Amino acid sequence: MSQIHNNIWAPPRLSMRWWPVFRRNLLVWQKLAIPSLVGNIAEPLMWLVAFGYGLGALVGQVELGGEKVPYILFLASGSICMSAMNAATFEALYSAFSRMHVQKTWDGIMNAPVRLDDVVLAEMLWAAFKALFTVTAILGVMLGLGISHSPKLLVAWPVLLGVGITFSCMALIFNALAKGYDFFTYYFTLFLTPMMFLSGIFFPRDQLPPVVRAIADWLPLSAAVDLVRPLFMDRWPEDGLRHALVLLVFSVASFWIALALTRRRFRG
Amino acid sequence: MTTPLLSVEHLVKRYGDQTVVNDLSFHIEPGECLGVIGPNGAGKTTTIRMCLGLSEPDGGSVGYFDGLAMPRDALAIKAQLGVVAQMDTLDPDFTAAENLLVFGRYFGLPDRVIRDRIPQLLEFAALTHKGSAKPGQLSGGMKRRLSLARALINQPRLLLLDEPTTGLDPQARHLMWERLQLLLQERKSILLTTHFMDEAERLCDRLLVLDHGRKIAEGRPRDLIAQHLEPDVVEVYGQGATALAHEATLQSLAERTEVSGETVFFYTRASQPLLTALQTWPQLRTLHRPSNLEDLFLKLTGRQIREEG
Repeated sequence: MSQIHNNIWAPPRLSMRWWPVFRRNLLVWQKLAIPSLVGNIAEPLMWLVAFGYGLGALVGQVELGGEKVPYILFLASGSICMSAMNAATFEALYSAFSRMHVQKTWDGIMNAPVRLDDVVLAEMLWAAFKALFTVTAILGVMLGLGISHSPKLLVAWPVLLGVGITFSCMALIFNALAKGYDFFTYYFTLFLTPMMFLSGIFFPRDQLPPVVRAIADWLPLSAAVDLVRPLFMDRWPEDGLRHALVLLVFSVASFWIALALTRRRFRG
Repeated sequence: MTTPLLSVEHLVKRYGDQTVVNDLSFHIEPGECLGVIGPNGAGKTTTIRMCLGLSEPDGGSVGYFDGLAMPRDALAIKAQLGVVAQMDTLDPDFTAAENLLVFGRYFGLPDRVIRDRIPQLLEFAALTHKGSAKPGQLSGGMKRRLSLARALINQPRLLLLDEPTTGLDPQARHLMWERLQLLLQERKSILLTTHFMDEAERLCDRLLVLDHGRKIAEGRPRDLIAQHLEPDVVEVYGQGATALAHEATLQSLAERTEVSGETVFFYTRASQPLLTALQTWPQLRTLHRPSNLEDLFLKLTGRQIREEG
């Protein structure tokens, strides 16, 4: 008997068969792109306006690495990472779960010559693409508002794709474990919301108590913020390699776990 | 002798202590329609899942075409297979035509080739005018026919159909049968599981009867009936009918007597003397008919209701 199927922890077997699955999602999305765009960028912009201009008037400037930056820039450069996280997470949880469990789209696909591993890869890349799309739209608005004109935003763009990949891999673990949509609430309340407040999006992490800070420094969202924020300020990130490595480790480990749990879910 | 398209050898599947498929062997010849029938929980769907490589067998082997083995060659096999699952997996966001296009892409077919095939497939499914309708706007029968058309997009050598007409009304079921008969006339090969004995009798060249994961009979529908049953059945029902099962005269005129609910079934080779004798009870209603596949099925698998398996 084939060991490949027996061992859910076997290495991913990936091929270009993910592409037609990705295209399927792209075709659905093309039909709904404009309304989904409004939904994707309206909320982050409300945060930005309410907190950035409202709170920013009270806070004034934030001290960052010896430099004073306007709060709106501080917030914008952090919240765009949050937007990438949220966009990837929603797609890899709710939408992927609909396709996997409710519509049984994955079952249909696997009657064609496409392996489960490639379906999971396609969903992962798709959620990351959605994140990239959302982030691009928000970057456009931020440029329009004149929040940052740093040429290094061109580098922030692929970095944010990486952030999307990390969080879509993580979300797929919970997708694989879910019995219903309600389950995802745990992921949001127990993981994402605390992370949102600990990763230096709304205030610098050095405000945190030392113990909390020590943990917070290694969170994937912290790594994302530490990579992206300097680029908004036309500076290169410090310890860029370390942050990139944190994202990479979270991505690879999460994808592997997500794949193993999905294989277990589909194993008869 | 031709090589079988599908050859299942000594297949075994266990869930915990329970053996749901037990030493099952069968094969499908080119151009043949093989029906798999059995009560709920007999192991039909588990068998199909193992044939599709979706479930790992605990023993035995599943071979296809020219020396391909599941699950080793899963992708090469699926490239030549058409599958209609029990549950529709059509994409609700796509039109009927888009459903075919997107599914064809999973096989690596170029869009040009798929677009050439779509009109014929829609016509085959009697959905030519529904090409731009979404599954939500289609009836149950239309959706099943679209699923069948979708399974044909790669021009498969073998079709696996898991209960293709369950839940359809008689009109939709007859239309589905017509389409399947067209495929059989084109010498397509089909593996079909079904609950409907008339469907099995109408479509299948050969039948496999499963119960408790084992093969309990195999053969042509007519041969199976002749082999296991008396040619005639007389059903008697009405007030006090069940008492007739113990009537010595009647018992001697029937080869076999069965009671189910309020009805007595007399299986006989000579129905006339039995019918004459039954005139003694004019208040009872009788139904005289040739024995059929349903009688065979009930004889082999029993009349008691099975828990959903």
